[in-house]
Amino acid sequence: MSGLASALLNGLAQGAMIALVALGYTMVYGILKLINFAHSEVFMMGAYAGFFALAGPLAGLPPLAALPLTIVAAMAASSALGVAVERVAYRPILSRGGGGKAVGARITPLVTALGMSVLLQNAAVLAFGARPRSYTRMPINTQLVIFVTAIAVMGALHLLVNHTWMGKAMRALSTNVEAARLMGIRTTRVILFTFAVGSSLAALGAVLYCLDQSQAYATMGQVIGTRAFVAAVLGGIGSIPGAVVGGILLGVVGELTKLTSYSGGQDVLTFVVLIAVLLWKPTGLFGRGGVEKV
Amino acid sequence: MKSRRSILGALALGALLVGCSKSSAPQQGAAPGASAAPAAGEVLVGAYFSLSGEETQFGKDSQEGIVLATDELNAGGGVKGRKVKVIFEDTKSTPQEATNKVRQLIDRSKVVALLGEVASSRSLAGGLIANAAKIPMISPSSTNVEVTRGREFVFRVCFTDDAQGVAAAEFVTKKLGKKKVGLLYLAQDTYSSGLAKTFSEAVKKLGGEIVVEKGYQKGEKNFRTHLDQLMAAKPEIIFVPNYYTDMVPIAQQAKEKNIPGSMFVGGDGWDSEDLLKGAATELEGAYFTNHYAPDVPWENSKRFVAAYHARWKREPSSLAAQAYDSAKLLFDAMGRAKAIEPLAIRDAIAATKGFSGATGTISIDKDRNADKPLVVVQIKGGKFVYHSTVNEKQP
Repeated sequence: MSGLASALLNGLAQGAMIALVALGYTMVYGILKLINFAHSEVFMMGAYAGFFALAGPLAGLPPLAALPLTIVAAMAASSALGVAVERVAYRPILSRGGGGKAVGARITPLVTALGMSVLLQNAAVLAFGARPRSYTRMPINTQLVIFVTAIAVMGALHLLVNHTWMGKAMRALSTNVEAARLMGIRTTRVILFTFAVGSSLAALGAVLYCLDQSQAYATMGQVIGTRAFVAAVLGGIGSIPGAVVGGILLGVVGELTKLTSYSGGQDVLTFVVLIAVLLWKPTGLFGRGGVEKV
Repeated sequence: MKSRRSILGALALGALLVGCSKSSAPQQGAAPGASAAPAAGEVLVGAYFSLSGEETQFGKDSQEGIVLATDELNAGGGVKGRKVKVIFEDTKSTPQEATNKVRQLIDRSKVVALLGEVASSRSLAGGLIANAAKIPMISPSSTNVEVTRGREFVFRVCFTDDAQGVAAAEFVTKKLGKKKVGLLYLAQDTYSSGLAKTFSEAVKKLGGEIVVEKGYQKGEKNFRTHLDQLMAAKPEIIFVPNYYTDMVPIAQQAKEKNIPGSMFVGGDGWDSEDLLKGAATELEGAYFTNHYAPDVPWENSKRFVAAYHARWKREPSSLAAQAYDSAKLLFDAMGRAKAIEPLAIRDAIAATKGFSGATGTISIDKDRNADKPLVVVQIKGGKFVYHSTVNEKQP
């Protein structure tokens, strides 16, 4: 029984981390209707940024001071990268998409996103090498820190989206970008803000992940990115509470499969859960078919 | 208009191809230790390794071992009075390029024998060509069983994954005397799950018991639940035949659960300085089976380590030692062969018995694999230290 309890706790921590990354997918999709595949690479770059901050300038600091600074450094680096990806790769293509009427208006940005993902991953291999980098170990209960931080951040995000001017603007964009622009909202600024927030959440997830599971490596985005994307779809892509619930559900299910003798086929069971949920509710758990998405 | 464009395209492509083949020509002389032009009477041997790309280090280590062996041979007068020249080609860490380069070495450079590769996927690709062209090939470090299977011209000087699984089982049950064994392996990986399978079969044959078995998924870095499940079955030892990259988080998370490093035994996938950098204290006392250790107490190995150190100013890796042995064994076979031509060399390699190499005494068995000792290495005081030998053939 204690095995089950500890697996559940592990799953909650793992799931909270996945949820942090899933939020990035869901926020961007909510506004641009674009699946930002480069998001997993932003996550990976956040892990590297944290690694270099922790191994370099912050090396001598006590863990309680170093940890917040590492997270801030990683969030800053990742949000800069996320914004750069939007400026360089998405905006020129989306602005030429003819408001969604042109043929391939959905496909072109999608392929661009995949291309950015491949580009960033290979750039990381070239720049940092294929060998995994081990994070400095910290004498803290990492799983507790992950869970508490993730819940606190998601609470803050809820406040941001529902109780600030910028949040209102984001919700307006998710309903109708053109109408929001007519209302005087500077849509490009809101989009950049969304990318920055989503990317910094990914970086937070990345640093927590590495503290817990020790390594940063160039292909790490693929593993966690896939799970986070599935979590976002499971919860109903575009829905913020959906991403949180989807992430935690995925984390717990994944951890519970490790208790069975099918532990090597964890993703098989994960995807069975995904398919089952989508058969029952095609828009995902919290998806509402196009209304009020962020 | 359209057809004209395609003609132009074909022309451009042709020009590109010519350009490519020209530019690859000077590469032949670029290998360190090789002389500029093939003089008359020189014996040409081809070597294909990953000299660029993801596994550059594998290729560089192997090249250094082969260059050292070749220089030693030529300094001593060569083989049958002829100097040997090794032509190195780069596989760029891909099987496709291994195929191309082996073909090029055979057709253009007319080599009499081949040395290569480290990765089994590339040795499989290169071996297919070599076998069809009836040119003998020796792989220094590919452990996958399939590499030599059914290929009369393909040999290896390292042990196979099967032999390693059996040797690790012998070590665990006999030398350590542990009968209740746990197993943790990477489920989607041929190397890891294959080794786990041969190991568990051998343990059962030797009177041991696999009390718990856990596969994990590629990319998984959270092993706490796996470790809980393993420890719940109360094994005396846990065999983890994976790569060092996964072993670092496993060891660190085991430490959180106060599982001592001496609980773990691994395979040659652990052989990396990065394992020590990431988890030396966590794995203090752990063992793994390997091809070689720099401090093995064998005369030939000591001589090799000293010579390698003098030539390259660093410690040899096990890949370098195996590449050195593959070249030495080939030259030895050439000396014994009736003539220096592929068929005779093949027969001489197949007849090798009791060859003394840097990685132990090697005999080639009927399946063209090496019958040789395995080294057990222990992690001790933050270093890899020689512990003992399994399957010892030395008198």
